[in-house]
Amino acid sequence: MNEHDHDHDHSHTPITNGHEPAAAERARALERLLVEKGVIGREDVREGIDWLVSRSPADGARIVARAWVDPTFKQRLLANARGAALELGLDPGPSRVVVAVENTEAVHHMVVCTLCSCYPKALLGPPPDWYKSLPYRSRAVSDPRGVLSEFGVRLEDDVEVRVLDSTADIRYLVIPRRPAGCETMSEEELAALVTRDSMIGVAEPAAPAPVAS
Amino acid sequence: MRYRPGQRVRVAARPHEGHHRTPGYVKGKICSVHRVHGPFTNPETRAYGMDGLPKQPLYLVGFAQHDVWPDYRGQGDDRIYVDLFEHWLEEAE
Repeated sequence: MNEHDHDHDHSHTPITNGHEPAAAERARALERLLVEKGVIGREDVREGIDWLVSRSPADGARIVARAWVDPTFKQRLLANARGAALELGLDPGPSRVVVAVENTEAVHHMVVCTLCSCYPKALLGPPPDWYKSLPYRSRAVSDPRGVLSEFGVRLEDDVEVRVLDSTADIRYLVIPRRPAGCETMSEEELAALVTRDSMIGVAEPAAPAPVAS
Repeated sequence: MRYRPGQRVRVAARPHEGHHRTPGYVKGKICSVHRVHGPFTNPETRAYGMDGLPKQPLYLVGFAQHDVWPDYRGQGDDRIYVDLFEHWLEEAE
């Protein structure tokens, strides 16, 4: 309860973001300038944020689950992931080229953007904070096996690790390996196993729940 | 498209003032063309309010990790792939 819970005519301290990080302040200043100069409108910013928070890894998971159950879809996905997303009625985002790469017994892919934080937002939603962090961005390229083991991914020595540094206009999506023990699951149940991190390539999909006997 | 998949190329080692999308850790390194993505607007001019034309061909190129990081911890076949614009690639002898 506010101790000033009474009628009065003096002013209170305005509500502020007392400890706003410098980067947020800078972003706000840039936004103000861009709006002032007519480069973008306030509505563009709002629409951009609305679009971003409306996206989620569920879309990427639907693509992976379909690829697990339908080998011909998987071929189309590997040839043209943008087209494959559109085929499922999903929004592949503004990138003209989206590339899907498949993890197998012999090859493990993981994705990073060393220069900033390029990420398939349309299919995976907003990137996790660690993806944008300097330690991930620098170590994913120079010590991917170390990073993977910290994420809990144990790879055999003879598995080839391929790191994709998305430095330009292309967005990359990892198709993780289908876990064992989910042979009888429906496509929808399979999609629930496909985590965000498994589509970045830093985790395996969730293990299927044991079947009750 | 000047280069084709499988071709060995070298990343230009030149310094560059201003915005560019060629990471320092691959400059001067030998790689091979893995995929040809097609022409894209040039971020080096687009970053300064221009239209990025003419478009530049963009490639996915692959490096052996041991060529990029001399003390790389991992097995010999591990690779790193980077998207690079054609004007950053040179023919490797």
